[in-house]
Amino acid sequence: MSIIGSEFLPPPGLGRRGLIGAAAASTLVLPAAAQQAPAPAAPAGKPGAASAVIDVNRARAAPIPIAIPSFTGGTASNPNLGRDMAAVVTADLANCGLFKPLDPASFIQAAATMGDVPKWADWKAIGAQALVTGRVQTSGSQVRVEFRLWDVLPEQQIQGTAYTTGEANWRRISHIIADVIYARLLGEKGYFDSRVIYISGTGPRNRRVKRLAIMDQDGANNRFLSDGSWLVLTPRFHPTRDEIAFMSYANNRPRVYIFDLGSGRQRMLGEWRGMTFAPRFSPDGSKVILSETRGSGSNIYVVDLDGGRETQLTNPGGAIDTSPCYSPDGSQIVFNSDRGGDQQLYIMNADGSNVRRISFGAGRYATPVWSPRGDLIAYTRLGGDTWSIGVMHPDGSGERILSQGFAVEGPTFCPNGRVIMFWRETPARDSRGNGYSARLVSVDITGFGERVATTPTDATDPAWSPLGA
Amino acid sequence: MNIKILGAFAAVALLAACNQTPTPTTASTGSGAVAPSGPVPGSEQDLVQNVGDRVFYAFDKSNLSDEAKATLTRQAEWLKKYPQVQVQLAGNCDDRGTEEYNLALGQRRANAARDFLVAQGIAASRITTISYGKDRPTAMGDNEQAWAQNRNAITAVK
Repeated sequence: MSIIGSEFLPPPGLGRRGLIGAAAASTLVLPAAAQQAPAPAAPAGKPGAASAVIDVNRARAAPIPIAIPSFTGGTASNPNLGRDMAAVVTADLANCGLFKPLDPASFIQAAATMGDVPKWADWKAIGAQALVTGRVQTSGSQVRVEFRLWDVLPEQQIQGTAYTTGEANWRRISHIIADVIYARLLGEKGYFDSRVIYISGTGPRNRRVKRLAIMDQDGANNRFLSDGSWLVLTPRFHPTRDEIAFMSYANNRPRVYIFDLGSGRQRMLGEWRGMTFAPRFSPDGSKVILSETRGSGSNIYVVDLDGGRETQLTNPGGAIDTSPCYSPDGSQIVFNSDRGGDQQLYIMNADGSNVRRISFGAGRYATPVWSPRGDLIAYTRLGGDTWSIGVMHPDGSGERILSQGFAVEGPTFCPNGRVIMFWRETPARDSRGNGYSARLVSVDITGFGERVATTPTDATDPAWSPLGA
Repeated sequence: MNIKILGAFAAVALLAACNQTPTPTTASTGSGAVAPSGPVPGSEQDLVQNVGDRVFYAFDKSNLSDEAKATLTRQAEWLKKYPQVQVQLAGNCDDRGTEEYNLALGQRRANAARDFLVAQGIAASRITTISYGKDRPTAMGDNEQAWAQNRNAITAVK
């Protein structure tokens, strides 16, 4: 039986790293009206006026008040496309907690009557520091989306961009616009144009059907990538290609596989005697780090994706070393091991040398993941009836708990490191498993803004994609 | 296939009746004469009903209790009696551990049971092992009794 045919639904076109290139983006200069207008819309802005551009690390205390009227225009198939795009931008910015989108009911100047230059007084009056305007037009078989970001107090345009793309990409362009707003006002890249791959779970717990699934980070465009014939676990995104590393029980041989999102094809990664599991890509995408069971324990290996050469990094003599994850610069690896008696976090150099323990708090520590910024490691802490998702610095200091519950597990960082997603299980209330559920949950690394993702089924094992993937 | 399913159901029913630590699913074997309606000798059902198909482990442990050793000793005797039978040992965990660690722990449990059978003289070539971590629980509840049932190694006729 062909694994590809039986295990995976054909998902043509699910790779999408090429889309940005296809969506031609051009910079918009100030509208002619603005250029001709007197001082208020001068590119230099109003001298001495406070700007909406802020220091992101102070943003938690004061989210930026931003007005996002419906974009004007639409298409034949969706006359309200402009409105729908503004709604996606609004949701992204609201959900991240760093912006406060203002209630459209408070708007004095309506989008439909808005010319090219905002009536500044109308936006200042409602407390908007930033304003987003947009226009959608049909352009042949494609749509052209113009958007402008205005800094209200100094009365200046700080971004103007037009995107031309297929209409099917409208949500993605909306996320890209939200990322541009985020970057221009906060001074760092956003994370909205990204996806989450996870494991969908259906059916009774003792006969659970688990499928690979993928969705946009906001829960839209959910797709199932496997049909549930075999148990699948722990998917992870490649840093630069449309590929997934995951574990599959295909043909009752639990091994790590590589799945190509573009072609729908998968291949087993290497020929191994034991079970291989817990894969993660290296930051440069050239290698996969994973565990293989050997004897009574599990060892950590690194596998070259081209050529398949395997290098053993740990040999803990019967202990379990697993859940390895590289630092963003690729120089170090964090993992968990029970070599000291119970699960704790350890860091070693990328060649396996200089192993040192970093977790010393109460309970067992597991599933470490390194922040893309490099300054934090998120983990699962297991203590009796309560599990926690926490972060600590790579030297083990500064431990903070972000979320707790009966079972919270498996943190994954969003591309800019400001948000963590994990899964939360609600325990069964009876012997038939009634009441059990598993949900994906996101939380800001400050511990604020916990949100449950909307998924069509129970969901576990989330892994955030890089930006633009 | 049907026999396998019946066997699994029988084990669940017996275990559910236990209030404390689970016990091996050993049924009375009587005089040894096979009743006309009894399981086919050397079958999965025979293993489940007359030998005991699973052993249990303490939380986060893979060492064999005396009870587990007694069950595995009976399995070894049974395997010697039916030398054509091949078995798979599946290691399982409760859900009070993380997924990846439990995959390794389940394998460790399956290996511990296999090593005991091999030490009893069963050819290693007759035994395969697999770990399902916390993904194939027998009991679906979330309490000590359910978790104790789910920390096991289950022997199944291939």
